[in-house]
Amino acid sequence: MLKITDLYKTFNPNTVNEKLVLKGLNLELKDGDFVTVIGGNGAGKSTMLNMIAGVYFPDQGSIVLDGEDITYLPEYKRAKYLGRVFQDPMMGTASNMEIQENLALAYRRGKKRGLSWGITKEEKELYVEKLKVLDLGLETRLTSKVGLLSGGQRQALTLLMAALRKPKLLLLDEHTAALDPKTADKVLELSEQIIRDNALTALMITHNMKNAIQYGNRLIMMYEGRVVYDVSGEEKRNLKVKDLLEKFQSVSGAEFANDRMMLS
Amino acid sequence: MNIIMAMFGAVSQGLTWAILALGVYLTFRVLNFADMSCEGSFALGGSISAVLIVKLGWNPFLTVIIATLAGMIAGFITGVLHTKLKIPAILSGILTMIGLYSINLRIMGQANTPLIGQRTMFSIVKDLLPEASALGMMDSTLQTWVTMGIGLVFTVVVIALIYWYLGTEIGCCIRATGNNEVMVRAQGVNTDSMKILGLVISNGLIALSGAIVTQSQGYADVKMGVGAIVIGLASIVIGEVLFLRPWNFAFRLFSIMIGSIIYRMIIAVVLQMGLNTDDLKLFTAIVVAFALSIPQLKKNRMTVRKGGNFNA
Repeated sequence: MLKITDLYKTFNPNTVNEKLVLKGLNLELKDGDFVTVIGGNGAGKSTMLNMIAGVYFPDQGSIVLDGEDITYLPEYKRAKYLGRVFQDPMMGTASNMEIQENLALAYRRGKKRGLSWGITKEEKELYVEKLKVLDLGLETRLTSKVGLLSGGQRQALTLLMAALRKPKLLLLDEHTAALDPKTADKVLELSEQIIRDNALTALMITHNMKNAIQYGNRLIMMYEGRVVYDVSGEEKRNLKVKDLLEKFQSVSGAEFANDRMMLS
Repeated sequence: MNIIMAMFGAVSQGLTWAILALGVYLTFRVLNFADMSCEGSFALGGSISAVLIVKLGWNPFLTVIIATLAGMIAGFITGVLHTKLKIPAILSGILTMIGLYSINLRIMGQANTPLIGQRTMFSIVKDLLPEASALGMMDSTLQTWVTMGIGLVFTVVVIALIYWYLGTEIGCCIRATGNNEVMVRAQGVNTDSMKILGLVISNGLIALSGAIVTQSQGYADVKMGVGAIVIGLASIVIGEVLFLRPWNFAFRLFSIMIGSIIYRMIIAVVLQMGLNTDDLKLFTAIVVAFALSIPQLKKNRMTVRKGGNFNA
């Protein structure tokens, strides 16, 4: 369903800060895959995700989603295929607007927007139903400004918004990294539930190896702009953090010590 | 008596300038875009309206529509400079503003165009009413009432239109764009288009206001837009300070209209107290700078208080 071929990306070319981030990245996702992505800093995980999302374009290579070449499609145009949750809880929602207004914006993702009223009565009932699933009490606060919510609540709302119109692909960019451990677990469980209930295909970046093993049906490890380890099914289920560490050390040498990847 | 007459005049003036403040609100607060082009489009609206009345004898009401359309074009140019050519927001506005200065001179062929003895919206409406003496008031009083009425009708219609438009699907996207562009793009909306759209509407309204003000004061001047953004901001912040928690968005818009009236009243009072008119702009700048810094000043005081508690 998603096919990334030979992707190259250099930041700040021809300057002292020149950085070759992606060096011929190849990745293929099947329908219904829930892939966790791990790798050290600068491995190109976020760059890959941002390129799928269209935040910036690759220098070379192609990204094909469900048979459509989206390599150079503007971000706002490909948004109709994608659900996104960001690392920063502030990023996914508009804080000055009401919860229901945020949901209404997401409900119209990929639809033509015109001069009809921005939010209808029937929708509000739908939103109440959807918010109940989160179990955070937000269903009684439809008209609250999103800025009043906690980081965890905002991420949960962003998740809901990402799945409100079923996306072809859900992109989760370390979406629990800014949360405290307990909230992070809750948001991860919600993510899994939403992915399962809607039968979504998802790509989730994480720094937490345990989470990477625990969630999803497939795990990839990136290093220096390439996929260096790709495991799924039975093999992934039996994976231990120790195995990942060994694998990581064998590709990266001794660099591991100064990395912020979490062991447990 | 003198001060009451001055207040009376201030209310009518506030109502003719209110739409300028609403236009500035759309960019400054809704889009989070400090748009300097409003100074040029305000004078553009005035120039076009005056010239169409004086040189071509057009219907004053029609000239207001043409002025609005011209303002929309000015907003479009600022929008394109900023979104497509990636010029910083402030500079895009300044470029349009400076360009419009020459354009306005070209339109009028001189620095100002008086409307003495010409038909304006105000004279037309006044002619429909009975003679001032028959109503038992002075001619200038009737004039002020007419100005007030026309200003109020225009402002209320504009408020209704803004309220409706920002509630629509597109309007919601414009509001969200001023709030969080990343999120809006992720929801499949072209944020560049939303910014251009917001600037087009805002500058259209500001030119409309310029046309109304020109007809009300009886002349257009190429410099009439100088300080327009500050006057608009003054009205907005006065409205915000007076009504800290508006119970809905429509009321927030009305508070700007009230802010515009109160701004004119404050000006009338300080002028009565002997302030030189040359110092007015400095006075306004200080008032706006103070009002805009209130949130920060409050925050600083809270920090000091917290520190005090900590020591205690």
